[in-house]
Amino acid sequence: MDKMVNIFLFGKKYEVPDNLTIMCAMEYAGYQLVRGCGCRNGFCGACATIYRIKGDRELKVCLACQTKVENDMYIATLPFFPLIKQVYDIENIKPEQQIMMQLYPEIYACIGCNACTKSCTQKLNVMQYIAYAQRGDFKSCAEESFDCVMCGVCSSRCPAGISHPQVAMLARRLNGKYLAPKSEHLESRVAEIKDGTYDELIEALMGKTIEEMKELYNHRDIEK
Amino acid sequence: MYSAEFQKSLHEVEAAREANIAYEPARMSAEDKERLLEAYHPDYKKTEFEKLQFGPNKGDVVPRELCEILQAHSRITADQIDLNDVRYDVDVLIIGGGGAGASAAIEADRAGASTMIVTKLRIGDANTMMAEGGIQAADKPNDSPAIHFLDAFGGGHFAAKRELLAKLVCDAPEAIQWLNELGVEFDKTSDGTMITTHGGGTSRKRMHAAKDYSGAEIMRTLRDEVLNRGINVVDFTAAIELILDDKGNAAGAVLMNMETKELMVARAKTVIIATGGAGRMHYQGFPTSNHYGATADGLVLGYRVGAKLLYADTLQYHPTGAAYPSQIFGALVTEKVRSLGAKLVNSEGRVFMHPLETRDVAAASIIRECSDRDKGIDTGNGKAVWLDTPMIERIGGEGTIERRIPAMMRMFANYGIDIRKEPILVYPTLHYQNGGLDINADGMTPNVENLFVAGEAVGGIHGRNRLMGNSLLDIIVFGRNAGKNAAAKSRNIEMGMLTLDHIAAFDAEREKAGVKTSAVSPRLLPDYTNRHERT
Ligand SMILES: Cc1cc2nc3c(=O)[nH]c(=O)nc-3n(C[C@H](O)[C@H](O)[C@H](O)COP(=O)(O)OP(=O)(O)OC[C@H]3O[C@@H](n4cnc5c(N)ncnc54)[C@H](O)[C@@H]3O)c2cc1C
Ligand code: FES
Repeated sequence: MDKMVNIFLFGKKYEVPDNLTIMCAMEYAGYQLVRGCGCRNGFCGACATIYRIKGDRELKVCLACQTKVENDMYIATLPFFPLIKQVYDIENIKPEQQIMMQLYPEIYACIGCNACTKSCTQKLNVMQYIAYAQRGDFKSCAEESFDCVMCGVCSSRCPAGISHPQVAMLARRLNGKYLAPKSEHLESRVAEIKDGTYDELIEALMGKTIEEMKELYNHRDIEK
Repeated sequence: MYSAEFQKSLHEVEAAREANIAYEPARMSAEDKERLLEAYHPDYKKTEFEKLQFGPNKGDVVPRELCEILQAHSRITADQIDLNDVRYDVDVLIIGGGGAGASAAIEADRAGASTMIVTKLRIGDANTMMAEGGIQAADKPNDSPAIHFLDAFGGGHFAAKRELLAKLVCDAPEAIQWLNELGVEFDKTSDGTMITTHGGGTSRKRMHAAKDYSGAEIMRTLRDEVLNRGINVVDFTAAIELILDDKGNAAGAVLMNMETKELMVARAKTVIIATGGAGRMHYQGFPTSNHYGATADGLVLGYRVGAKLLYADTLQYHPTGAAYPSQIFGALVTEKVRSLGAKLVNSEGRVFMHPLETRDVAAASIIRECSDRDKGIDTGNGKAVWLDTPMIERIGGEGTIERRIPAMMRMFANYGIDIRKEPILVYPTLHYQNGGLDINADGMTPNVENLFVAGEAVGGIHGRNRLMGNSLLDIIVFGRNAGKNAAAKSRNIEMGMLTLDHIAAFDAEREKAGVKTSAVSPRLLPDYTNRHERT
């Protein structure tokens, strides 16, 4: 038998087994989730949740699909937060500081309270990546923010109204497109294919019998 | 930290680690594999399959749970819907906001078509977001599209539709380039060379990755681009029935707001089904790695209007689902863990197979270890085997795990397991729908005009088993392809009158076949309320 704990979903008390995640505990309690549930595995950021353990001053945040229930946990989900997403044409912007000033000027109003970092469900150094973005150091911003699931909790805690995940998104795209080194082998392969270099080889495979294909497959050499 | 009952076996694993790192297990012969699959792979368990009694695939067998929803009643009757009350009117209607849907939308929009995505949850709440391992493309000098073709064709048991597979492998490098130019951050060395690894069944190292957030990195970039383009994304809205015109061509869909249950009509010159997989159907009671909305809806929508399924009887059970702790039961442990050198080890500390056999073979082999051979470890949720992750640090150097598979490290760290120091427990999990709706190389179904399909909802690209990394690839290649072709097609379409007559026709067929059922479909979401027994 599982040990049972008391939790409070939006203030209402339920008794649930202590080995459940918050998400499964809500279902156990009878909620059919529509919002606040996407991948169920820590990748999509749909299940941002705020909680407080009774008697504890600290307000905690987490992903409901990744966090076990505890006794006397007061839980409120945050299935949506109004982030600001600026639109831009990736082909016509440059990886320069200017673009941040233009699209997300509020990042320069950061007061350094570090509430974003403290609240990150992925334990990222959010304030640091915003600092990189301020400086136009998109490579560092991209690296520091890479594991972001865009749940939006950081932004819900920000007194300056910054939409951190969207800032990081822009930095990563700039880095991926403009700053990271180009792959020459990729470009030459694309060109070869366009030139029809492999047409004959592929054509030959299209015409072979299953027996012939098996023969080729079972004796192909495998790179170490 | 593992509790006492695991310690004995854990010691055996640790004691054997050095020897196991050095040990290179033989690969199985073709005959060995065949025998193993027949005896242990879930696809071969006849009692779990049922014959379809009517519809386009009458006579074919499919998983029991799928059979039920394919033959089920519609959620609506035609007289409930006023087809003149058109809420959305577009050139290209895309059903599903995963990678295939987003790629299709970007290309359709670029081609100038008015484009809309409807999706059941939010855009990006999808299997695409969860892909960890990577995406294949033959772009290295020692590789070629032809070698890629052979790997995939053999890995798929020589059953792939060759014209689809040829397109997949030949368009692969361009797909990577397209993503890179949208800003996807692939792992590269300082001179720009893509860092590529093996996946199960590959003969060249052609797996491109963005750490172990490959799918998330691709999905969030595509989503950002969809939003930048101002494409209409209607979220928390499911397609529950396709609409045809009086010529029998696809012409839109009935939509349902998931929260308010309001029904709406979307009219479209072309429709693209990009609804993804079926893990949440829990075939044969397996846990799943899939997102919450993976309930095979697209197969149901297509089947009811006459689109044919191909290989709907083959599912992919990923060999390494997390088996412990119970909170992450079924969650994926990426194949990259094995690509980086971790081996599968049984309760006695013995390596029992080559770590990079194809997925079906690896899954069957683990099931054998845990059943007839009785060399599994009891987890409380059934049996499991070890995946010896500390080997990775020994082989690749300290820090390899954190650098290359941070998501894995985080997932287990949440429950107090440090995968750099301790191995993990794994068992197969329902992962991927190999089969799906049949398409031609242009992405359109052969039997329903103007109905396109892309992504995991398609059958035939991979044959009867898909290699790791070929699915992220197919959603980009065939997503873009469907988007372009649907947009082009929509330019010369004279739409007839909208109808939902197919619903009654399908009911009549069911009646005639003597099938009695109270089931309705598509399922939309699994019901997990009360799933954990209240005792
Ligand atoms: C955990 C995991 C790891 C993986 N790792 C890899 C990997 O490393 N490499 C690789 O190549 N592949 C991998 N795969 C497989 C690959 O990610 C998927 O097959 C692929 O992303 C599917 O893309 P899709 O766009 O077809 O479907 P999805 O991305 O699942 O998108 C489908 C969308 O349709 C929506 N939808 C469904 N039904 C309806 C409806 N009725 N109405 C409206 N919307 C609907 C869904 O909510 C969802 O948004 C992995 C899969 C999983 C689950
Ligand atoms: S549901 Fe996706 S992160 Fe929790």
